Amino acid sequence: MMTSADFSILLPEISLAVYAMLALLVGVYTGKDKLAPTLVWLTAAVFVILAGWIGLAPGGTRPAFDGLFISDAFARFAKVTILLSAASVLVMSEGYMARRDLLRFEYPVLVSLGVVGMLVMVSAGDLMTLYMGLELQSLALYVVASLRRDSVKSTEAGLKYFVLGALSSGLLLYGASLTYGFSGTTLFSGIIVAVGNDAPLGLIFGLVFIASGLAFKVSAAPFHMWTPDVYEGSPTPVTAFFATAPKVAAMALFARVVHDAFGGVVGDWQQIIALISVASMFLGAVAAIGQTNIKRLMAYSSINHMGFALMGLASGTAFGVQAMLVYMAIYVVMNIGTFAFILTMERDGKPVVDIRSLNMYSRREPLRALAMLVLMFSMAGVPPLVGFFGKFYVLSAAVQSGLGWLAILGVIASVIAAYYYLRIVFYMYFGEEGETLDTAQSPLLWTFLMASAAIMVLGVVNLFGIEGAAAAAAATLVN
Amino acid sequence: MVTFAFYLFAIVVVASGLLTVLARNPVHSVLWLILAFLSAAGLFVILGAEFVAMLLVIVYVGAVAVLFLFVVMMLDVDFAQLKAEMVRYLPVALLIGVVILMQLAVAFGVWQVSDAAEGLRRAVPLDYDNAHNTAILGQLVYDDFLILFQLAGLILLVAMIGAIVLTLRHRTDIKRQNVLAQMYRDPAKSLEMKDLKPGQGL
Repeated sequence: MMTSADFSILLPEISLAVYAMLALLVGVYTGKDKLAPTLVWLTAAVFVILAGWIGLAPGGTRPAFDGLFISDAFARFAKVTILLSAASVLVMSEGYMARRDLLRFEYPVLVSLGVVGMLVMVSAGDLMTLYMGLELQSLALYVVASLRRDSVKSTEAGLKYFVLGALSSGLLLYGASLTYGFSGTTLFSGIIVAVGNDAPLGLIFGLVFIASGLAFKVSAAPFHMWTPDVYEGSPTPVTAFFATAPKVAAMALFARVVHDAFGGVVGDWQQIIALISVASMFLGAVAAIGQTNIKRLMAYSSINHMGFALMGLASGTAFGVQAMLVYMAIYVVMNIGTFAFILTMERDGKPVVDIRSLNMYSRREPLRALAMLVLMFSMAGVPPLVGFFGKFYVLSAAVQSGLGWLAILGVIASVIAAYYYLRIVFYMYFGEEGETLDTAQSPLLWTFLMASAAIMVLGVVNLFGIEGAAAAAAATLVN
Repeated sequence: MVTFAFYLFAIVVVASGLLTVLARNPVHSVLWLILAFLSAAGLFVILGAEFVAMLLVIVYVGAVAVLFLFVVMMLDVDFAQLKAEMVRYLPVALLIGVVILMQLAVAFGVWQVSDAAEGLRRAVPLDYDNAHNTAILGQLVYDDFLILFQLAGLILLVAMIGAIVLTLRHRTDIKRQNVLAQMYRDPAKSLEMKDLKPGQGL
């Protein structure tokens, strides 16, 4: 039975969906694409308002619609991260897309609907809600991936993402059906009762299929194949979007499924996630070495980072989930800064993606080069910067739950990955003189780059207090 | 009798599903697909889900499959070439398929249902034996699962926006009819009367 209390819990999501539909109507019946810049800024403002609303909402765990949807501290933490990162990326993309005639009024509408999907994902309390949120998010992403529809690469990116995404959804659904067959219910709160502390073989198959489907969405190895091609083919602002908000949503969903539904059989999923984590960390570190295309490089970098975030999840403790949330928040900030830089890489007004074009960049723009240096060091996990604390968190979570071998492998992988982050810095400071990039014009992107780099330096004091929020979020999920 | 009907429909579903994939002619594939849908509808009737069975026939057979048929006939794709490409990877695919099938057989061989499953099963709110399919489904879809139903609507909206964004092109090089412009056109401005004498041109 539904009551108005149920709807009031869902009010932020409903408001966003209604806003998206209104924006679509207004866009269609009035200015069409002339309205797009306004809509982009308006959508970003709506995201920020919703983030404030959700962040300041009263605490506690509130299930809605008989547990189909759960609003708790964990969901709120993930939602605020998703909304703020989506707003940042949206604002960053406006100038780039307008100059390339890509800014269509459907873009902010699709992003809003995708964000609705992500908000539903992190609040899912039922396998069906999980699937609905996941599909809503994925379908919006497939479309924005091929937004540059006259380019073969962009079309290929969208198509590849769609076909492989459909396959992974199939795996996930099959796993969900096996789980339902075992437990007789699709509610997470029911599944955890039905499973108890002992999972028979059939249920483990279901768990493995669900984990495979989710690993695809977070682009963890060995389900990462689509990532480099989709990152390369999509318009750069869309790539920036892919690398941030959807990753947070999928990772939060992963944490929710394994803890809320399979919290009784930690040992069974721990080994799966540990394996995926090791594979992602090493693949992300090794495969990126030969890359000179910075978008492909960022794809492998994100695979590598997902490996580290999964390491936090693999520890199976509340501290592990807290480490994962902190890591994801830091990862998103680093990526926003880095993509703010990548968006300005152009020569004669055309985007450049070759990292060798950064040769001696520091001579011409010392401040931007310095900001990029800070971000790259932070990504590599060099000690005084915030990125190091993210890695330190997940590593200590792994050690605390007896996964010392995983932590050691993680350190080795991060050393390998440091090579390609530092190579970008090398080109900027010690490269050979060559063709230069245009001088970046956008003050907005400059602000994002500098703010992100500043956070990486200033955050070492207390990580801006996100530890406490992440700990509270993790505590509601794991008990 | 029910057992016989079940095996009949089940075998036809599997066989026509297989033939959908294997048929050389894509149009035949679609026809096999229609047969698979029809047999699946039969299975639903056996389960007592008449409404879903009829939906399957009307929506999938009546609309979706016919749409497929049109798409297949209109698309200019060389299916023979695609098939040739597929044959190259067939041995590996078969190997992986067989391995997964065997693993699933192991899983289903020792399949067990949780002791709590019976109690956790969603209670059917209406008097099940006397209620119509449609009434029970309506209760579930429009009340218990309302939020999922609405989300499904949003997904369809995204699909529609996506199809329009990716394919609609406003061409400027073609002439469109503008009825008002036609009606308000002033004949005096566009017509010129000339007097011609017989036998002479302009």
